[in-house]
Amino acid sequence: MVDVKASSPQEAAGVPSDADLPRDSELAKFGPDKPLKLDAGVELSPFQIAYKTYGTLNAERSNAVLVCHALTGDQHVANLHPVTKKQGWWETLVGPGKPIDTERYFVICPNVVGGCMGTTGPASTNPKTGKPWGLEFPVITIRDMVRAQAMLLDHLGIKQLFAAAGGSMGGMQVLQWAASYPERVFAALPIACATRHSAQNIAFHEVGRQAIMADPEWRGGRYHLEGTNPRRGLAVARMGAHITYLSDAALHRKFGRKFQDRENPTFSFDADFEVESYLRHQGISFVERFDANSYLYLTRAMDYFDLAADSGGVLANAFKASPTRFCLISFTSDWLFPTSESRAVVHALNAASARVSFAEIVTDKGHDAFLLDEPEMFGIVRGFLDGARKARGLPDKTS
Amino acid sequence: MSNLTVANIERTPGGARVDLVLVAEMVERGVKVLDVGCGDGELLRLLSESRGVDGRGIEISREGVNECVAKGLAVIQGDADTDLADYPDDAFDYVILSQTLQATRNPRVVLEHMLRIGRRAIVSFPNFGHWQVRLQLLFAGHMPRTDILPYSWYNTPNIHHCTIKDFRELCTEVGVKMEKAVALNAWGSPLRLNAPWWFWNLFGEQAVFLLSRRRDGGQATPK
Repeated sequence: MVDVKASSPQEAAGVPSDADLPRDSELAKFGPDKPLKLDAGVELSPFQIAYKTYGTLNAERSNAVLVCHALTGDQHVANLHPVTKKQGWWETLVGPGKPIDTERYFVICPNVVGGCMGTTGPASTNPKTGKPWGLEFPVITIRDMVRAQAMLLDHLGIKQLFAAAGGSMGGMQVLQWAASYPERVFAALPIACATRHSAQNIAFHEVGRQAIMADPEWRGGRYHLEGTNPRRGLAVARMGAHITYLSDAALHRKFGRKFQDRENPTFSFDADFEVESYLRHQGISFVERFDANSYLYLTRAMDYFDLAADSGGVLANAFKASPTRFCLISFTSDWLFPTSESRAVVHALNAASARVSFAEIVTDKGHDAFLLDEPEMFGIVRGFLDGARKARGLPDKTS
Repeated sequence: MSNLTVANIERTPGGARVDLVLVAEMVERGVKVLDVGCGDGELLRLLSESRGVDGRGIEISREGVNECVAKGLAVIQGDADTDLADYPDDAFDYVILSQTLQATRNPRVVLEHMLRIGRRAIVSFPNFGHWQVRLQLLFAGHMPRTDILPYSWYNTPNIHHCTIKDFRELCTEVGVKMEKAVALNAWGSPLRLNAPWWFWNLFGEQAVFLLSRRRDGGQATPK
């Protein structure tokens, strides 16, 4: 078991200590008897998973819904975030009476392995040294994240998920779940995602990582020990990534060429334009809640993701004889995970004779649309889960 | 293709479209069905409720797809002309093309794929040989518009109209077996079974064909 004192080295460096002792979360600890076997060929042990649950698990333990978070998300899917004090990242979709209805389903949302909100990651304390892992932390994959989540379900005594849902990196986890543990996922909802990271996506991630590593405060990943924090690098990484989450049309609609609090250009490199000011704000607020090394590890995990390659180059083999029912959703203006990627998954699922629904939603909000108010998406998620609930024989409300 | 390709088809007292009921009656219970051009999912729902089938759908219009998925049906957005090629052989017991054949770009290839993917195929279409159609062209001299073909020539999605006679010839050419055929008159009632084909071709407003592969195990191979 990991034994952590409140005054961790992170706090000394001014980094939130949520990496070891997450606020407002449940903790599942896995001791030396339950190591996490990583794709990198090493074992992570001991380790812990921070998670949130909402709703009530029924007596048959058959109404669990796993919500998988995206790259910079965390377990606080439907509650006030303890660090940012903002509402949960998917409160539009998860909650009482919402499409993922916590009056019907027992919702579990874990922080991924490699994250920085309480699940073991590079900012956590390495029990062997008593210091933060930093780059000593093993490289992890989407499959490792899912393997850890399966251990969490074992820990909670849940044999089969009623559903697994997630967008972007969360959607990758959902697809991996269906491929790794088909019998444990009754219904899968991968949204705005793909079965592999494209060269363009890897390229964007690499720019973000280089921005972090170019910050002199990064100190070869040892910033926790040296009392520094690569805030600028991480902020620039976030700014770059944020552009990829939006569409040209959405940026133009929101900001156009409008000036920020001024009538005329200042003929300087101030944030003259509203869009510059917005991006700077996105970058600065992000570093308050995220660990730079975690960003390196999680972007790497996404880059390595390639379900077809794991199945001898044939994507359909990843879903051979899958009993899972799938619903894929994509967005017209998402150029990070375009509709063509979802369609490739649909083709593979058809070839594997799996039960699949696929809807593309018209929006100009880009990749971020999956996190936003998209009534059509809500209707589809609700309808899909209603149909699956009837097929699974779940009652209307948990008793 | 959506149900917009045809309109105003008679309904049963229960509210179901007569042609869909007829199609549903040709399907065995509990089988696996692909509905190509499933529109708003009315047939899939009817099949699942009345025949207990495991139904899937392809629909070209985004509105139709999203409506179907929100109803809990397994439907994907796709095009009969391009996407049937992605399905493996023998994936379904029945592949249904309801009121969609005339809107495909290559009806022959679509038909061949249907009998490759499914053991059996059901095709329903509006009969362009119906007397009303013939009279409009003969006497009024313009492209026919009827209750089930309400479009003008310039905005119709129906680009490959055929008559019952034409479709039978296609079946012979492709080498598929006609197991059953029913023609409905303008009031949605089936025509007399022992009526000759020319009678059907003149008085059938629409037709429903149940087809299978000519030889057991043999497959139509699309060119």
